[in-house]
Amino acid sequence: MFTLANPKHFMAASGKILPWLAAVTAVLFAAGLTLALSVPPDYQQGDAVRIMFLHVPAAWVAMMAYGLMALAAAAGLILRQPLADVAVKTAAPLGAVFTALGLITGSLWGRPMWGAFWVWDGRLTSFLLLLFLYLGVMALGNAIEDETRAARAAGILAIVGAVNLPIIHFSVTWWTTLHQGASILKKGGPAIAPVFLWPLAVMALAYTMLFVTLWIVRIRTTILERKAAVLRITGRA
Amino acid sequence: MSALRRLVARDLVLAIRAGGGAALALAFFAAVATLVPLGVGPDLKLLVRIAAGVLWVAAVLAALLSLDRLFQADFEDGSLDLMALSPLSLEAVALAKIAAHWLSTGLPLTLIAAVLAVAYGLPASGTVALVASLLIGTPAVSAIGGIGAALTLSIRRGGLILPFIVLPLIAPVVIFGSGAVLAELDGLANGALWFLAAFSLLAVALSPFAAAAGVRLNLGS
Amino acid sequence: MTFALDIDKLTCIRGHRVLFEGLRLSLSAGAFVSLEGPNGAGKTSLLRMIAGFLMPAAGTVCIRTEAGVALTDGEDRARAVGWLGHQDAVKPQLTVREQLTFWGQLYGGGAVVLGPFGLAPLADVPGQFLSAGQKRRLALARLTLTGRKLWLLDEPLAALDAAGKALVAETVRAHCAAGGIAIAATHEPLGVDGLSLHLGAA
Repeated sequence: MFTLANPKHFMAASGKILPWLAAVTAVLFAAGLTLALSVPPDYQQGDAVRIMFLHVPAAWVAMMAYGLMALAAAAGLILRQPLADVAVKTAAPLGAVFTALGLITGSLWGRPMWGAFWVWDGRLTSFLLLLFLYLGVMALGNAIEDETRAARAAGILAIVGAVNLPIIHFSVTWWTTLHQGASILKKGGPAIAPVFLWPLAVMALAYTMLFVTLWIVRIRTTILERKAAVLRITGRA
Repeated sequence: MSALRRLVARDLVLAIRAGGGAALALAFFAAVATLVPLGVGPDLKLLVRIAAGVLWVAAVLAALLSLDRLFQADFEDGSLDLMALSPLSLEAVALAKIAAHWLSTGLPLTLIAAVLAVAYGLPASGTVALVASLLIGTPAVSAIGGIGAALTLSIRRGGLILPFIVLPLIAPVVIFGSGAVLAELDGLANGALWFLAAFSLLAVALSPFAAAAGVRLNLGS
Repeated sequence: MTFALDIDKLTCIRGHRVLFEGLRLSLSAGAFVSLEGPNGAGKTSLLRMIAGFLMPAAGTVCIRTEAGVALTDGEDRARAVGWLGHQDAVKPQLTVREQLTFWGQLYGGGAVVLGPFGLAPLADVPGQFLSAGQKRRLALARLTLTGRKLWLLDEPLAALDAAGKALVAETVRAHCAAGGIAIAATHEPLGVDGLSLHLGAA
């Protein structure tokens, strides 16, 4: 584990795994999408239910990515590992993209169900705030020039956000019950039909693998970029 | 007088004397609260409903406006170096600065809000709920804003990025704060003020550590 | 035990550039060192490293107190250092006396002394009306007030006239004579007998 934290070992190990990860991701997506398109339409939602297979996994990965980013941030602050710093910086934009994907697919799914692209539903609002947290971590990391200091500052913000996230979610849920209008429906229904479970599980795995693959690619790219920058400054390896 | 209280007193004097941001933040608050009825119309029924939300949002923005200088002024002129070397821990320095910010901004904002609430046609019970929620909630705004101020210390346009990174963290304060007033108006039993108090306590207790970590990071440059 | 400062194999890297490497310096009570070198040679970085603001890339800094305690941790060293930065940390809204009283109480130091620094007539003048030289004298008075034994001075002569420079030299000399240690990063000689350490552009 700790030898992996050394950028050199990381580059070697990740270089070997990466093609396999990419292949597994592609296979999972092919299988997941085939399954998602072959399930019968929902008796209430019709074909619109298929958006769920894109939406729910995106939301899961968006939350998981935040947790991983906060863990990497803690590792960076406690162990002072440069690799952890890079991991924080690269996780933020990826997490933001998955959050945005969750929001967009959510609002597309909401259109036929609620009759509007956006309602101030508890989960949607929580995710909007999650997106802002991600964007804040990114903005802070980009605004500070010194790369170590930028990563540490972004890391502190990520950890503060992680502590705050359950409270934000709770407050937003409380808020929707306070302002409950007649038109708001609960998404997803009481329980998910078993036919939908398999494609959902495969898609969730596919999204997770996609995130892991992209994260590793971004970390590798950033390490290589820094090496190039050092070479440019010092003129030696 | 203890060193901590000395630092609070000094920051208060700096905030209040010419060039401090306290008066400006209060003026901003009053200006926003005045502008909203001009925008949405003088319908008192509507104003009563939105009073708590508008005053809470305006109060948070006004507080953030004066927060970006919380550490920055002392950072730029070297005072923060001297504080870091003093017997006080940076956590205590952060706590003192957050306290001074609340005393010079959050507390007077609460008092002005009581007057503005009348202009929005809020009944007495709603006004009491609003004042109570601001009194309980604004320390959390100062505390969490203090984290943002510490993290953006070395950024030249830190004042622009600060509200952005802090707003999602402060969302629960606004939700519980204005929610407490709305629930009171609707005659609903609710725990909003208790939630707010718990959140505020947590924020004030934990923020100095995060803020001190941010300051330490920026002094090492 | 006498008060001492030990720097061993200290290395400073800033933004992929090695500023200095394997620096050794041992000082005991009464020592004065003037740090010389071109801009960007790492003079301020060395001072900030000793004070515990900056983490060294390698090596150690240790302050030995008279009680025989070795302060190696940055946070501990910070509590033993008197700092005169190149900014004056003077607030425009506060009077000279208010500023000195505040810092004196924050550091738990002794009574405010104005006379020797030519600040007595300025006691009730707010910082915004002070000249650059007067602010420097205020900073010097504050440094004395902290009661710390290891002084770190960053460009202490900047913005001072001849009389001001003589005052700095005299204050530093008195500090060293009383068993303190002082390290000053300067472009021009301070006029205090001691070592000089040259940090070259690597």
